[in-house]
Amino acid sequence: MLKLTPEYLLKTYDLMLKSRFVEERLIKMYKQSDGYFWIGGPGEEAFNVPLGLHIKKGHGLDYDFLHLHYRSSAIYLPMGIEPIDLFRQMKNTLTDPFSGGRNFVNHISKREWNIVPITSPIETQLATCIGTGIAHKRHGGTGITIVNGGDAGTAEGEFASCLIWASRPKEELPILIIVMNNSWGISTSCASQHSETNISDRAKAFGIKSLTMNGNDVEASTFAIREAMMYVRTERKPWLLEARVSRLYGHSSATGANYISTEVDCLTEFEKKLLDDNLITQTEINGMREKYNTEFIELVKKVKQEPMPDPKSIYDYTYSEQKGRYW
Amino acid sequence: MATMVQAIRMALHYGEENLGLKEVFGEDVGPPLGGVFTATQGIQCSWNSPLDERGIVGAAIGLAFAGRRCVAEIQFCDYIFNTIDLLKLAGHTCWASFGDWSLPMTIMTPVGSGIRGAIYHSHSFDATITHIPGWKIVMPSTPLDAYGLMISCLQDPNPTMYLKPKALLYVRGEEQIPGEPPLNKDGEKELRSMINAPVIGDRTKWKPKWPSGLTDYKVEIGKAKVVREGTQITVVSYGRTLPLCIKASDRLNGLSIEVIDLRTLWPYDWPLVSQSIRKTKRVLFVNEDTEVTNFGEHLMRRTIEDFFYELHARPRLLAGSFVPGIGLSDSLEMASVPQLETIEQAIREVIDEKV
Repeated sequence: MLKLTPEYLLKTYDLMLKSRFVEERLIKMYKQSDGYFWIGGPGEEAFNVPLGLHIKKGHGLDYDFLHLHYRSSAIYLPMGIEPIDLFRQMKNTLTDPFSGGRNFVNHISKREWNIVPITSPIETQLATCIGTGIAHKRHGGTGITIVNGGDAGTAEGEFASCLIWASRPKEELPILIIVMNNSWGISTSCASQHSETNISDRAKAFGIKSLTMNGNDVEASTFAIREAMMYVRTERKPWLLEARVSRLYGHSSATGANYISTEVDCLTEFEKKLLDDNLITQTEINGMREKYNTEFIELVKKVKQEPMPDPKSIYDYTYSEQKGRYW
Repeated sequence: MATMVQAIRMALHYGEENLGLKEVFGEDVGPPLGGVFTATQGIQCSWNSPLDERGIVGAAIGLAFAGRRCVAEIQFCDYIFNTIDLLKLAGHTCWASFGDWSLPMTIMTPVGSGIRGAIYHSHSFDATITHIPGWKIVMPSTPLDAYGLMISCLQDPNPTMYLKPKALLYVRGEEQIPGEPPLNKDGEKELRSMINAPVIGDRTKWKPKWPSGLTDYKVEIGKAKVVREGTQITVVSYGRTLPLCIKASDRLNGLSIEVIDLRTLWPYDWPLVSQSIRKTKRVLFVNEDTEVTNFGEHLMRRTIEDFFYELHARPRLLAGSFVPGIGLSDSLEMASVPQLETIEQAIREVIDEKV
């Protein structure tokens, strides 16, 4: 039996489905040559949607700062990012509000909501989050810094940097550090490179509270996020949360972006539970799937009519407020 | 007669009092040391960070994301190279977000030779950082410019790289920084007693007494300065080699040498340099970074593209030897980077050249 309220569970399911359909549409766009590269996070919805629903969204230090990696669509879609804007970034149109056609899909940026630009280099966000963590500490209140990354990236020095800076004696930082452990770094298994039982164990050496949990389970994710967030918001100290999740379509389009049926699919697992608890019917599920499928096909059609970036704009915004060639 | 480190200190103090500077940090930047060259001594918002360059640069970027103005120091530029991708990230954040974010932050780091620092305390960084778009890059050669450029960095909405020529950090200035005591021996002593922490003994109770008349005097980023006027050759330099170029011009009696202190490497003051080259028809670029893919080579390219048919001699670059490092021995360091004699010789060669 599910423990959370039906309203929350059904809302979460709807957003998980929506996020999955966005990612699958992005993959189709790539395969239909409506984009050069796809990378994203299908398979992480059971953790990411609850996380997205618990963000204190806004601008400035009263709100959360987000340093995300490129598998985070199911975090920011529940926050209100529009699917069409991800289709625009995939198609690299001028109308892409995150980078104006300059960056890969799922590399979003939204200053209005404290979402800092997502970068391709693995784990740089674990270094930059230190700064907003310091700013949050100085500011006080309940806003926190949230950073996520993958398991392979924890081998980078920034992971150690983050643990050290976040736990300096009497200078602890309110950072929720999240490791989405899908067991893979492109084609290299985590098991072949890491000897630690849990990545979260590494927090113990720094006195940082930590937890490894099943990120494929909506309720386990929700409870873990709530506990960790409450601690970081009120104690103003870090927490390392390791979520074991699936990588449902491989690393990226570079590895084919095909559905991997041997991985646990958190969406279908959650559907079974909702059906078992009579919170939803198969007919309703089919209707929701059809709705998102149709809606997103139409959005992509619209995006394909939108303008591409002007070649003359290549120098724009190298510096703040600057347009045109600057030298 | 402030030194460059005293000038930087006073500018940082002015910044924390008046310009919203909130954090000054890095390895040994806070009390008791105040930086290994003492450039942050007495700064109230200074603090020591972990010995972690990537963490330092990452923290600076994050603080800038949050709108909290900071100056972060990398103790020697020799240790900044493992942060290159973060410097690239800082440089491209505004561009990659299509103008959504800008990063008001300053990284400062001592550069160059002059202290017999051997392989890991002598490197230059101007060739590398000028290759990363999105940064504004300054390098003073006098205490007054050090003050004014820091004030400008603290007011710029973009990432700024403040390169400190370590050979000049303790050289006393000949121009008065607005607010500093008089330019005489008594004034020098007074300033030292006011803002230098005791060298020996307990520093825990020491507090600086800042000059009361400090101002927002600034040197505009992107503005070079003609420091010697002349008609026969233009010599463009910055940092440690700039005073050597001045000295060379003074020693070469009978030759009319125009010396330009670039002061800002990016965006550089091409209009001023152009004006001078148009006048003298001969140009020598001098810096001490290694000579292959050197920033001076870029300036030579501009010279050739813009003035090829006007020049009376080949444009020349005098730079550091393309060697993996600067050797510790006096003879090795002297042979690795431009010295007064090699600058004089290069000036003579360019002036003597007949087309």
